[in-house]
Amino acid sequence: MALLEIKNLHATVGDREILKGIDLTIQAGEVHAIMGPNGSGKSTLAGVLAGRELYTVTEGEVRLDGKDLLEMAPEERARDGVFLAFQYPVEIPGVSNMYFLKAALNNIRKHRGEEELDAMDFLNLVREKMKLMEMDQTLLNRAVNTGFSGGEKKRNEIFQMAVLEPRLAILDETDSGLDIDALRTVAGGVNALRGPERSMIVVTHYQRLLNYIVPDYVHVLAEGRIVKSGGKELALELEETGYAGFGIFDEEEAVGKV
Amino acid sequence: MSDSANTIETFANQEYKWGFVTDIDSESIPRGLSEDVVRLISAKKNEPEWLLEWRLKAYRHWLKMVEPTWANVHYPKIDYNDIIYYAAPKSKKDGPQSLDDVDPELLKTYEKLGIPLQERAILAGVAVDAVFDSVSVATTFKAKLNDMGIIFGSFSEAVQNHPELVQQYLGSVVPTTDNFFAALNSAVFSDGSFCYIPKGVRCPMELSTYFRINAKDTGQFERTLIIADEGAYVSYLEGCTAPMRDTNQLHAAVVELVALDNAQIKYSTVQNWYPGDKEGKGGIYNFVTKRGACRGVNSKISWTQVETGSAITWKYPSCLLIGDNSVGEFYSVALTNNYQQADTGTKMIHIGKNTSSTIVSKGISAGHGQNTYRGGVKILKSATGARNYSQCDSMLLGDQCGAHTFPYLEVKNTSSTIEHEASTSKIGEDQIFYCKQRGISAEDAVSMIVHGFCKEVFKELPMEFAVEAQKLLGVSLEGSVG
Repeated sequence: MALLEIKNLHATVGDREILKGIDLTIQAGEVHAIMGPNGSGKSTLAGVLAGRELYTVTEGEVRLDGKDLLEMAPEERARDGVFLAFQYPVEIPGVSNMYFLKAALNNIRKHRGEEELDAMDFLNLVREKMKLMEMDQTLLNRAVNTGFSGGEKKRNEIFQMAVLEPRLAILDETDSGLDIDALRTVAGGVNALRGPERSMIVVTHYQRLLNYIVPDYVHVLAEGRIVKSGGKELALELEETGYAGFGIFDEEEAVGKV
Repeated sequence: MSDSANTIETFANQEYKWGFVTDIDSESIPRGLSEDVVRLISAKKNEPEWLLEWRLKAYRHWLKMVEPTWANVHYPKIDYNDIIYYAAPKSKKDGPQSLDDVDPELLKTYEKLGIPLQERAILAGVAVDAVFDSVSVATTFKAKLNDMGIIFGSFSEAVQNHPELVQQYLGSVVPTTDNFFAALNSAVFSDGSFCYIPKGVRCPMELSTYFRINAKDTGQFERTLIIADEGAYVSYLEGCTAPMRDTNQLHAAVVELVALDNAQIKYSTVQNWYPGDKEGKGGIYNFVTKRGACRGVNSKISWTQVETGSAITWKYPSCLLIGDNSVGEFYSVALTNNYQQADTGTKMIHIGKNTSSTIVSKGISAGHGQNTYRGGVKILKSATGARNYSQCDSMLLGDQCGAHTFPYLEVKNTSSTIEHEASTSKIGEDQIFYCKQRGISAEDAVSMIVHGFCKEVFKELPMEFAVEAQKLLGVSLEGSVG
């Protein structure tokens, strides 16, 4: 059975239809890149999968391990192994990163029928994962994303993913706002988390990220539909021709010129 | 309604768990206020002549005063002649001599409130004075404190046993003429706590008073007086609850603190009077005057308050910084939900040299709650080198509530430093979604976000009470996801 199966997915924001029939199947262990110009529906797809209330699903279905994902509350999806690395990670003043992450992990562990970790075990786990992301320990004691630089926020997202060990990770424009060094670190963290049990959806505007996180499949999204799918070479092709080469016009910027 | 809005809605619809009524024989005087009533209260307490005169003076002045309307709160006119000014549980003897004499029904009441009065059952390190309606019913650890020269007990007892101290300090910080509610309190106050820490003594335990309004249609007018003599230290906590009733009840207390040279008083409040129901019916009007005087050099008074109850709160714990180098602090969390209204804050009056004050105020509004911060910082010409730091943050849960900030500053010299920061944030659907996406339920998310917001204040509370306050806030914001 596929880990994730999306069939004829339609979704709206207010009166506007953004997703107009998405079909996508992802097997365990696969990394799929979703590329597309601004406004094509990439972030909407990520949001719908995570259960963001902003979006209304009007048609279609999404199954995670055969279970109806759309029926599940966002926190249930998370506990079942769906992780969204946010494009804009949210600040929560006064709540330490450590406390937040421990609450998250223990909720997930409880759901899996595992014992909750105590402070010591948690700290040991976290230290190990911090090394992976080359993160400064002091970030743990700071409030969630509060006063973090753009790079620190993105790194923190992947660090959380490393601790929570999801089955399906959705990376929403994780590369945006990162300089090349930060991009390498983040990509390194993501690659270290690849495995036969874990699938990933990497949403990006640019091909650049895919030099570091090499996908198994690439899908091009335009106006709420997948207009082309292929292997990793599709991303390179896209870079050559731009979205315009696919007859897609991005009102904001050309592709590949980073 | 979206899921998050729903969460916030249910979050705001708390259950009030302290709303029960104790069925106990109580004696009260007839409704209404007159000189005779003042005399009657004074006589019931067997007070000396000077105190009766003091009350009468206050009453006569009160008659000439007008109820203040400047606060950002709205309520129907109070009929001061429809209130019962004195109610007390009937005791078989003259009064409980020890805990063994306290009516078991009362002990049960306090146990139910989580304040066991049997000394063996109490949290070690906390002495409690329990005030039920108009009288103090029990004080724990009295003997132990007595050995150190610490006087802690009911105000009425202090009037009998230490009249010279009471006479010296009563009304010295909040004069009878100070304001409408303080004058009313001065005329009819019935009981409260009295505390004196002698020179150089560091009080080894938290002192605490637990106020409970039980009788119907009564007002509670307690008076608290705490004196820390030279070099003394005391940490004091008060808690309050009341039954759920459809009618509003008035609570007009006065608290006076005096800190002499090098003395320190830490005063913490966890205020949980009945807030009224979801439609705003019933609840306590909490119109309270609290003020501390840092009379001595290097003295310090610190107010910490967690205000979650009452239909209306009108309260400004303040500091008069008279002694050179004296320090005043005010840390506050005020939560209003449903139809609660709070107009609260502080006044810091800098008089002595190099005095400093810190104000940290956190207002949380939910439901239709209205939360106002009103703070005054006044630095007189004499207060050279004075410093003040103020920070007022407001958080809104939902879109029916309001937050208002009125900071007043008055500086009369050029060598002082003042800093003021203010922020208003709306608990975001984004924040809640972020937590949910990490597997945390919406309810836990809201509570986590609110606690994070209040952290700076909670850390000022004594340990046990910080835990209690967090729980209280949790309960106040309880109600699961729809």
